Amino acid sequence: MPAPEFTTLTARCVVLPNTDVDTDQIIPARFLKVTDKLGLGKSLFCDWRYFDDGSPNPEFVLNKPESQGAEILVAGHNFGCGSSREHAPWALTGWGLRAVVSTMFADIFRSNCLKNGFVPVTVEPAVHVELVAALAKDPNMPVTVDLTGDAATVSWPGRAPVAFPIDPFARDCLLNGVDELGYIQALEPQIEAYEAAHR
Amino acid sequence: MSQNPRTLFQKIWDNHVVAEKPGAPAVLYIDLHLVHEVTSPQAFSTLKSRGLKVRRPDRTVATMDHSIPTRGGYEAADEMGRIQLRLLESNAGENNVRLYGLNSVERGIVHVIGPEQGFTQPGMTIVCGDSHTSTHGAFGALGFGIGTSEVGHVLATQCLLQRKAKTFEVRVDGKLRPGVTAKDIILALLSRIGVGGGTGHVFEYTGEAIRAADMEGRMTICNMSIEGGARAGMVAPDEKTFNFVHGREFAPKGADWDKAVARWRTLPSDEGATYDKTITIDASALEPMVTFGTNPGQGIAITAPVPMPSSLSDVNERAGLEKALAYMKLEPGKTLLGQPVDVVFLGSCTNSRLVDLRAAAALMGGRKVASNVKMMVVPGSQSVKKAAEAEGLDKVFKDAGADWREAGCSMCIAMNGDQLSPGQLAVSTSNRNFEGRQGKGGRTVLASPLTAAAAAVTGKITDPRTLMS
Ligand code: SF4
Repeated sequence: MPAPEFTTLTARCVVLPNTDVDTDQIIPARFLKVTDKLGLGKSLFCDWRYFDDGSPNPEFVLNKPESQGAEILVAGHNFGCGSSREHAPWALTGWGLRAVVSTMFADIFRSNCLKNGFVPVTVEPAVHVELVAALAKDPNMPVTVDLTGDAATVSWPGRAPVAFPIDPFARDCLLNGVDELGYIQALEPQIEAYEAAHR
Repeated sequence: MSQNPRTLFQKIWDNHVVAEKPGAPAVLYIDLHLVHEVTSPQAFSTLKSRGLKVRRPDRTVATMDHSIPTRGGYEAADEMGRIQLRLLESNAGENNVRLYGLNSVERGIVHVIGPEQGFTQPGMTIVCGDSHTSTHGAFGALGFGIGTSEVGHVLATQCLLQRKAKTFEVRVDGKLRPGVTAKDIILALLSRIGVGGGTGHVFEYTGEAIRAADMEGRMTICNMSIEGGARAGMVAPDEKTFNFVHGREFAPKGADWDKAVARWRTLPSDEGATYDKTITIDASALEPMVTFGTNPGQGIAITAPVPMPSSLSDVNERAGLEKALAYMKLEPGKTLLGQPVDVVFLGSCTNSRLVDLRAAAALMGGRKVASNVKMMVVPGSQSVKKAAEAEGLDKVFKDAGADWREAGCSMCIAMNGDQLSPGQLAVSTSNRNFEGRQGKGGRTVLASPLTAAAAAVTGKITDPRTLMS
């Protein structure tokens, strides 16, 4: 599989403002028996998205007609806490999402996202409030996440681009499709030297 | 080498940097890689597709824990679970990785067997595709959870790309009162800092109550560091640590042991080392803790009322609390005492070791599990099970009417069929009370083994101190 790439994305959003959403909600454990990464999108937020009889809950945001085709998730504070399962970004991208905006992400989740071309966009609370308000006014408003400039930015119509922090190395990998495993493998001489010195 | 006073974390970090280029994350060497069936299949596939093998099988240990049945062997697993278990067998076999498989007499939860077999040692870097790898920090190691892509990196290169975390000292002063345990310390910490309070940091637990804690208690505390958002939690090694490790199968022996101990003695944070953040907790003021909500940060002293949503000023936090209480069907302003309980789960990598089983058994001896309660006791490993049986603990549980099972993660994650039914309320010694964690629609109250035992015999949430002589 080629390394995932991401340059710039302009897309519609889904807003799920709940705080402290854990990865057990994103993809419940009973779906972790897979041995590949495919097909998890249909189980994304399963227990919030479907009723007990398996029918979709029309009130849940992912099931709303206007959410179909959205590629950016606008989430609440501390998104992705709990279990380290990489199945979480696999399920999010499997549904069609490519970026997520929040005021804070859990560490392991953020790292897992970046390895799957799924961009975690951390913004200040005031910017988050502004974005959610703008989307409340116009749910179809396109939002742009751009990694190509001097700084990575998020912007929307009427809003000057806001820079967001992203690990420069991870950004480089996403922009240039750098394969992280290949990058580490290229350091084989150093790894061997380390092992020789620490026997 | 820096002359400045360094923390335990900084020392282990410095010892493991293989390469560091400006602008790039450090390449960190991993001493011990623990692998389980759920988060490894796609990583082994990556290796296979690139024609790679596990670089250091001698530093890799695999176990089956998450989806294994706690009775009935392979046949009791569902088809997908069986495929996953068989796949770990073949992946480990093809790569010469030691596997604690279903028929191993020493198998168990990854974070229980690592220390038990002596793989876990002070000063090590330890990773696993599992967030509770923080458990191993109890030994003065740097243990943290990684994703499956990173599992592939470590399998193939024994290295990981990492940015250095900040440090967070959690100082627990004073002495615990009777009936209050290590589990209550960590639940109290989480109730103060919330589930995001440690994000970006590594905890180092210090202070009198941590020094006084046994290794099992330290493991319980470090285990739940991730519940505060910290990837790792650590305790400086001391004589208790060395005594625990000594003589275990994979611990250093003879002259190597003396050398190792000499090295380990240099690990504790230097006098004057500073942390990016500090919090102090007074252990002597703590009471048994219970959670009332749907994350581990939503905890209260067992005698305290559930907080009122109206007391929160942030709209999203208030909405979160309201949603949690609606899910839990609990009323704000009242304590949980007397709340009827359906299930009691004694197990998980947080509290399934011999001392945990002993504590619960001591309270339950001569008593019966209440008629409205189903209690399940799941030892953390087959070795724990055997040791417990040797001292008759299984008999105490069985005589009381509890179900005594084979080792595994079991109802902590509810992947193997051990699960709550919708609406059931469980008191669990595990680490996560997320919605549906123990079964869809199930409601979890996290607590210590003592509080769980008290709930089992009274059929309702009960302060264990009222039952202790
Ligand atoms: S016992 Fe629970 S928390 Fe621990 S490793 Fe197993 S599933 Fe994870």
